[in-house]
Amino acid sequence: MAKHKTPLLDQLESGPWPSFVSDVKQEAEARAKNEKGLDYQIPVDCPEDLLGVLELSYEDGETHWKHGGIVGVFGYGGGVIGRYCDQPEKFPGVAHFHTMRVAQPAGKWYTTKFLRDVCDLWDLRGSGLTNMHGSTGDIVLLGTTTPQLEEIFFELTHNLDNDLGGSGSNLRTPAACMGMSRCEYACYNTQELCYNLTQEYQDELHRPAFPYKFKFKFDGCPNGCVAAIARSDLGFLGTWKGAIQIDQEAVAAYVGGEIAPNAGAHADGDWGAFDIQKEVVDICPSQCISYEDGKLKIDNSECVRCMHCINTMPRALRPGVERGTSIFCGAKAPILDGPQMGSLLVPFVEVNADDDYQAIKDIIEGVWDWWMEEGKNRERVGETMKRLGFGALVRAAGVPFDPRQVQEPRHNPYIFWKADDVEGGWDRDINDYRERHQR
Amino acid sequence: MAFISSGYNPEKPMEGRITDIGPQHFDKFLPPVIKNNFGKWLYHEILEPGLLVHVAESGDKVYTIRCGAARLMSVTLIREVCDIADKYCGGHLRFTTRNNIEFMVETEEDAKALKKHLNDQKFDGGSYKFPVGGTGAGVTNIVHTQGWVHCHTPATDASGTVKATMDEVFEEFTHMRLPAPVRISMACCLNMCGAVHCSDISILGIHRKPPMIDHEYLDNLCEIPLAVAACPTGAIRPSKVEIDGKSFKTVAVKEERCMFCGNCYTMCPSMPLSDKEGDGIALMVGGKISNRISKPAFSKVVVPFIPNEPPRWPTMTKTIRKILDAYAKGANKYERLGDWATRIGWERFFEVCELPFTEHLIDDFRDPAYYTWRQTSQFKW
Ligand code: HEM
Ligand code: HEM
Ligand code: HEM
Ligand code: SF4
Ligand code: SF4
Ligand code: SF4
Ligand code: SF4
Repeated sequence: MAKHKTPLLDQLESGPWPSFVSDVKQEAEARAKNEKGLDYQIPVDCPEDLLGVLELSYEDGETHWKHGGIVGVFGYGGGVIGRYCDQPEKFPGVAHFHTMRVAQPAGKWYTTKFLRDVCDLWDLRGSGLTNMHGSTGDIVLLGTTTPQLEEIFFELTHNLDNDLGGSGSNLRTPAACMGMSRCEYACYNTQELCYNLTQEYQDELHRPAFPYKFKFKFDGCPNGCVAAIARSDLGFLGTWKGAIQIDQEAVAAYVGGEIAPNAGAHADGDWGAFDIQKEVVDICPSQCISYEDGKLKIDNSECVRCMHCINTMPRALRPGVERGTSIFCGAKAPILDGPQMGSLLVPFVEVNADDDYQAIKDIIEGVWDWWMEEGKNRERVGETMKRLGFGALVRAAGVPFDPRQVQEPRHNPYIFWKADDVEGGWDRDINDYRERHQR
Repeated sequence: MAFISSGYNPEKPMEGRITDIGPQHFDKFLPPVIKNNFGKWLYHEILEPGLLVHVAESGDKVYTIRCGAARLMSVTLIREVCDIADKYCGGHLRFTTRNNIEFMVETEEDAKALKKHLNDQKFDGGSYKFPVGGTGAGVTNIVHTQGWVHCHTPATDASGTVKATMDEVFEEFTHMRLPAPVRISMACCLNMCGAVHCSDISILGIHRKPPMIDHEYLDNLCEIPLAVAACPTGAIRPSKVEIDGKSFKTVAVKEERCMFCGNCYTMCPSMPLSDKEGDGIALMVGGKISNRISKPAFSKVVVPFIPNEPPRWPTMTKTIRKILDAYAKGANKYERLGDWATRIGWERFFEVCELPFTEHLIDDFRDPAYYTWRQTSQFKW
């Protein structure tokens, strides 16, 4: 028998999409049965009380979580999101309902052994509910009590060899697309760079030392499967220099209808036979492709590497061989002064594992030094850029100015010059002036 | 319930403490076929909805079956996922950046068998546990947030709105018949934890009433300058009030300057603003992340308000359906929703989607608002 009546939530059990309500109910039942005979460390009916409080929110149209909550583990300044219910007498099972962020492997590959270990730990010491995964990337363990936090952390580090993720004004958990593990477009090893930088900057991740939060994300190519350009303060998008590799025989196979365009992504639609002129040549944003006499030609110097032709004919076209990454800076959600996507800071840098990615680390640390000094309280780096100018960022990163950094040059002439850059400087005598120009 | 120690000693908290070890290296988790062909993939094909094959230089193949998931999931369900991966995939699996689950096998027969097995699994309530799909030009999983399940600043629920929407567009999850992929995202307040500002269609929780002020507690619970600095429109200033002859330091909100973002509440627990009738949903469309053909773009607000209608949000799901249908009918192949709307013009977008245009949709936030008005005589009747 369910502890609370949930007539509204029950309506979310029907329909084809996996029902979180059915799943939470199944967990509630499993805990009630307790086939393994666990001595649950938080209330057995925690999932039932979660459904209860959620049902109440569905009636009231308002959240029933108190504001904020500051909890954690010794040694760290983040990693746990504290949360308390505002109706603890009615729903004692979720009086404490803290979230723990657990660092996930890059690309989110798992063995069942690891996941089962996490489940065993969480079954005993938490609600049995999770998010797989948080939008930043962490494994999210949803709901436990304060006394369990250190216990969970101890088991996590000692038995599972795994750390917490980030929260607060610090480096958050970095995330990568699956990159070279299963994608032919990957221009660098996104997962390795993600792992390397996560380890390099553990201190910055666990102990808030920044004006505000800061995120890294790693996409292997401009398709952006981890959305680095929209969802990270520093976003890395793989790219290449030089020619797109063309296999003319495979091009002919596409034209001849032997291979489906875009790997078959439109198979259920009624789009007619593949038309290379219409579907590739005519919509290349640079108009730098031509198809004549059965040969596909690309004027690579004009290509902006948008990926469209490669996406459409993956068996015939491949990214060039000289590969690296672009770096974009400043993406953020609207609060405070409006949403931003990352702006191109570094058009190309090698991703060099041999020197432990030193060139990339120099850029990151240059940006941090500047922003930690200049950034105001709770000001994202994107906002600092807006306030102090893109030029200041470029200088901080120690990279050259480049026309690729702008979509277009400014159209107002409110140009700042430094006194040193102007012949004669700014120290002038009005009397000299008056000798030439009468009052 | 007896306390079970993990070995942690609260008397000596720093003793034996392990810190700064980070996540595990992904290499430990890769299936053999992935490890062997790492960085050596030649091409891929989508064999049918939810089923991909990647072919390596060595000739090795890996078949991937992608299935939907609710993101909010129990350990019981994760263990079921593990059972499946143990039975079919040598104990390996992965999760995607949109919170779908991917199982990898090495032959097409195994892949088809696994697809069938996944589609056969159902919850007691009748919904699929692991519906296969989410590939190609369709609708995949909805990136979403905490909602009433865990957060204190939402204006709507995440898990509920997402379930209602995915039920409505389920056919598009299991098919690939749209002009291009349509990414739907959801955030329960305009902190936009996730991808709402850059998706084809976005569901966003919004408030419509200014915060209430708990004057008697505010100074004890909040740093007043932080609450003042939290406001994008400068609506908050420090002030004093008298209650029963006692004077309290607090803040005042200029209500006509407040646009209900809730950021002051994020900073100050004494300024709550959620409200049953006031709160609801705005819909945004036309954002994208990839650089394919056109540049990445922000999503734009096209429906300023839809009331919260738990548990199934029918007005919201119907409106999403209408937009999706108009797009499917009007767009060219490869054209993302935003590219289509820009090509036909936003005036035409409102017409074909049968959406009313109101004053709320015209930008009035600071300097950049100007650039969103129309500085040309080019428009359609
Ligand atoms: C009020 C309390 C808040 C809660 C409970 C909350 C919760 C979360 C959670 C659980 C995640 C996923 C984290 C992960 O994967 O580790 C997240 C991500 C995110 N949060 Fe929040 N958040 C809060 C406040 C904010 C604020 C104030 C902002 C911005 C002004 C914000 C912006 C974001 C963004 C943009 C992401 C996604 C970033 C990405 O895609 O990586 N959140 N939030
Ligand atoms: C070999 C080719 C590719 C692979 C292996 C790949 C892999 C993936 C995967 C596994 C996801 C998560 C999908 C889901 O859960 O529904 C994803 C998401 C995504 N992919 Fe790809 N993808 C490929 C090609 C592309 C192409 C051609 C584009 C764009 C034209 C693209 C753009 C994206 C975007 C924008 C996302 C969603 C990010 C977000 O909104 O969170 N990908 N990709
Ligand atoms: C000592 C400072 C300046 C003086 C004495 C001055 C004087 C003038 C005068 C007399 C005109 C013509 C007005 C007319 O059409 O009757 C003018 C036009 C204009 N000025 Fe200035 N100006 C000064 C500084 C600036 C600055 C710093 C800017 C911008 C950076 C500026 C931008 C303009 C513009 C945009 C026009 C209009 C041009 C047009 O007709 O299209 N002026 N100015
Ligand atoms: S971002 Fe590019 S390299 Fe990474 S998975 Fe997507 S398509 Fe592949
Ligand atoms: S990658 Fe884009 S810009 Fe370059 S040739 Fe292909 S379609 Fe044109
Ligand atoms: S979007 Fe807003 S309400 Fe939703 S989880 Fe993020 S901060 Fe909380
Ligand atoms: S809700 Fe937003 S706009 Fe209104 S007073 Fe608070 S911070 Fe300012």
